[in-house]
Amino acid sequence: MRHDHLLTAKQLSRADIEAVLDRASEFAADPAAFRERHPELLLALCFFEPSTRTKMSFETAAKRLGGDVVDMGSVESSSVKKGESLADTVRVIEGYADAIVLRHPKQGAAQLASEYVDVPVVNAGDGAGHHPSQTLLDLYTIRENAGLDDLSIGILGDLKYGRTVHSLAHALTKFDARQHFISPESLKLPRSVRYDLHEAGANVREHESLDDVLPNLDVLYVTRIQRERFPDEEEYRKVAGKYSIDAETLERARDDLSIMHPLPRVDEIAPELDDTEHATYFSQAHNGVPVRMALLDSLL
Amino acid sequence: MTDTELRVSKIRDGTVIDHVNAGEALHVLALLDIDGSGGEAVSLGMNVPSQTMGKKDVVKVEGRELSQNELDVLSLIAPDATINIIREYEVAEKKRVEPPETVDGVLACPNPDCITNAGEPVRPRFDVLSEGVRCAYCETIVRDDLTDHLVA
Repeated sequence: MRHDHLLTAKQLSRADIEAVLDRASEFAADPAAFRERHPELLLALCFFEPSTRTKMSFETAAKRLGGDVVDMGSVESSSVKKGESLADTVRVIEGYADAIVLRHPKQGAAQLASEYVDVPVVNAGDGAGHHPSQTLLDLYTIRENAGLDDLSIGILGDLKYGRTVHSLAHALTKFDARQHFISPESLKLPRSVRYDLHEAGANVREHESLDDVLPNLDVLYVTRIQRERFPDEEEYRKVAGKYSIDAETLERARDDLSIMHPLPRVDEIAPELDDTEHATYFSQAHNGVPVRMALLDSLL
Repeated sequence: MTDTELRVSKIRDGTVIDHVNAGEALHVLALLDIDGSGGEAVSLGMNVPSQTMGKKDVVKVEGRELSQNELDVLSLIAPDATINIIREYEVAEKKRVEPPETVDGVLACPNPDCITNAGEPVRPRFDVLSEGVRCAYCETIVRDDLTDHLVA
């Protein structure tokens, strides 16, 4: 992968993606065997929004590669609280670290940061924009379970504000995938993503109900309706809990349907499914480490 | 002398922007950041009869030759505009507007969650699409009423 930064999944070619996934497979086979690979690596973690999986898996990935991390900590305990701009913050941190992993509530934050620093910036989520490193681990998981070609995938829930959805949709245009988007009218894909999918000639269908499309799916990618992204509580209540997947829902699904979720979940997937063959979401989360190891390895 | 030229006085040196969609003349001035504070004489013709357009607007800016880059920004709202550069009352150059690849510092992003609206030291920048423009930061696409989003 020949990129200075990872800002969106759009910038990745199929060859870029496959190179990272292949490398991730090597790391996954023996994650403890690469401690000498990047002993000089110092990775800055700048999370302006809460995170568990993304932050911890980047930290784990850096340490598995022999490196270490410096963590900005919470916004409350940083100079951001004093009104420091993002542009200033990343210019300071650039002097401390070899790469910056950035999560920020504003869309376009990673793009802006990348214009101010020379070290690689990894977009770990910019508001309702993009989350490309999540996409790489999603693709890795899909490749393990269903394969990335001749794929029929349903993407369900918050398609408007879901950054994991936007990045995944972009990346899947590089593969032979039929993308079915299932959401209430108010949470359909934003115009910018529709534009990109159209430009890429993607095979896309939109639905309000899961029923029609479920029997044909290889993968069902479920997302949380994100309360924190809604402009008002009333709008959130109208759509909260609209889709909930349980054993009864899956009576019409194929036996080999793989259910994915970027997590955290609230009530979109019933816990009764956790021990079934369908549940892929925890191994999906675990895949974050080898995939982020491979991503860091490709950027450094 | 045509009816149009009678309505809008001739200029000695400067730029005439003709074939502007009727009603867009004031937006043309806003887009070019011409508000009179530079001291240049500006004449407007609005809803002037036109054989090809039915009605059109005309803008004349005295004493200032607008650059191609400045003029290309006009393509966002006046794609059919024709430009005459005037020297000593004669048309010295004729130009057309061409859509630029990007416009920089002209439009503000309407998305309140865009990083360009968060107090950062950044000039809003848009990529120009075949229809509308797209924020280079948050990727919001704006197709209608672009002049509502001019940087104040």
